[in-house]
Amino acid sequence: MIETKNLCVNLGSFQLQDINLTVDDGEYFIVLGPTGAGKTVLLETIAGLYPVKSGEIWLSGKEITRLEPEKRGISIVYQDQALFPHLSVKDNIVFGLRLRKQARQEIAASLDWLTELLGISHLLERKPNTLSGGERQKVALARALSIKPQVLLLDEPLSALDPESREAMQRELRRIHNRLKVTTIHVTHDFEEAIALGDHIAVLGEGRIKQVGTPKDIFNQPNSEFVARFAMTRNIFTGEVIDKGNGNTVFRTEDAELVVVTDLRGRLHASVRPEDILISPKPLHSSARNSFCGTITYIADRGSTLYLTVNLPPDFVCLVTRRSFEEMKLAEGNKVYITFKASAIHVF
Amino acid sequence: MNKKGFTTNGMTLTFILLGLIILLFITVPLLKMVVASDIGILLDTLLEKEVRNAIWLSIYAALIATVTGLLLGVPLAYILARSNFRGKTFIEGLIDVPIVVPHSAAGIALLFVFGSNFLAGKAFHLVGIDFVYSTAGIVIAMLFVSIPFLIDSAKEGFKKVDVRLEKVSRTLGASPWQSFFRVSLPLASRSIFAGTVMMWARGISEFGAILILAYHPMVASVLVWNRFETYGLDYARPVAVLLILVCLLLFIGFRTVIYRGEKA
Repeated sequence: MIETKNLCVNLGSFQLQDINLTVDDGEYFIVLGPTGAGKTVLLETIAGLYPVKSGEIWLSGKEITRLEPEKRGISIVYQDQALFPHLSVKDNIVFGLRLRKQARQEIAASLDWLTELLGISHLLERKPNTLSGGERQKVALARALSIKPQVLLLDEPLSALDPESREAMQRELRRIHNRLKVTTIHVTHDFEEAIALGDHIAVLGEGRIKQVGTPKDIFNQPNSEFVARFAMTRNIFTGEVIDKGNGNTVFRTEDAELVVVTDLRGRLHASVRPEDILISPKPLHSSARNSFCGTITYIADRGSTLYLTVNLPPDFVCLVTRRSFEEMKLAEGNKVYITFKASAIHVF
Repeated sequence: MNKKGFTTNGMTLTFILLGLIILLFITVPLLKMVVASDIGILLDTLLEKEVRNAIWLSIYAALIATVTGLLLGVPLAYILARSNFRGKTFIEGLIDVPIVVPHSAAGIALLFVFGSNFLAGKAFHLVGIDFVYSTAGIVIAMLFVSIPFLIDSAKEGFKKVDVRLEKVSRTLGASPWQSFFRVSLPLASRSIFAGTVMMWARGISEFGAILILAYHPMVASVLVWNRFETYGLDYARPVAVLLILVCLLLFIGFRTVIYRGEKA
């Protein structure tokens, strides 16, 4: 188990403050945050490559806050892989094993095992600059795994790859993690990547951990506007929760009053996921308590699905499949009805 | 000529013309002196013990200066490339001072520290090293005037090594020393080598500071001047030609090595 306790790190222009993370053995932990949030520095701090201002880091019951990086057994894979350009793929992978003065046969066995695991046996004699992005990433991963790390740190491992190899690499990360169960901390700015890979996700923003939870928690119950925006909940409104009597609670934003289910009161945020909104040319007769008429102002075509912006005001983004979009013969400027359940609105 | 979108127009033609003038300015005097020399006289000169000793001393003393420079200068270059601290710019400027001061003045300054009446001179005298009229004096004169070339070049080399390579090596189990010798140094080696060659060449060609500090034993550059002063142009020229040839050979040799390294 690796733990940070009230960790503070100085990044010059801003600080990481009160970072409290607990990552269990064998867990795949995601740190999600926008570019420039200090994600890389957080990893470097955990690895011992960046000085701690205050707070502690614990690994398997021992405090390692000031321990030298070479004694931690925490390896890192950087976004651009940082392979040693003067060494062959093979020498890159066994770099850490040679430092450990392991026997020749032992090193050869580890090398075989790693290159087999990652499917890179054919690259051994090549120099890093002759490899593709995906290949370099696998070599970097092999090098990081070679020392049998207690914790593996991945710094945006998929961001530098083209979409195709990114998907393949994402599956590869999952597969390898399932097989080796190395405790992994993976930082990314990509929400979908986080959902797909993480057992737990910590959202990092404005120098702090905003929320920690399972992907489901973060996706369905963002605890702040920052997290919600990151969770791609596109419809986020600022407004006021008002009691209407008779157990009716509404959230008023601009000119719209949305029926909501919440115990919170006052000025808050509300969000509705685009896929939870039904769209129709005529009013729908359903049990859903929110139904409004608006105008389609923008259509974003994503192939098999489309995002329609419907202005009441405010603007609602709604997801429709291509089939229903074509059946309804929708176009910009059309008047449509949008309908969603009170329980589909998340107030925070 | 048309690589990288290079087009010939009025401006580039003018630039080429101006460039040719300076190229001629560099090559003509050197070539003329070499070409105009009588091979027989050159060989005779080379057979003179005084000449051979002087050339050998130049090469040898500059080599010692360069090795000393490597040991003391490369660590400093690394620090300057890797860290930021108050006064760093000042130190970087300080390192280049030997390039800008007149070398005769540098010689006098060195005399004030390493002369037998002064502190460092007295200290070294205790361990049997004297700087005035000695090879040691030639070495420190060369070291002083040529070290900036090595430090600057090594610094640029280290700057080009991605810090994260060192960081990765640390996480893989390398101590700072191992990280330096296995990652940073090999990756900066070409720049360091280039700086080493520049420093050596600059050491061999030094004249002013050596003249002040150690006229004797005579290095080649001092010998050229000595012959010119004592016997005139005709006697100075063969020695000068030989010195130029030696320097050119060394320089071309190392340039080739570096160039091959770049292609590989």
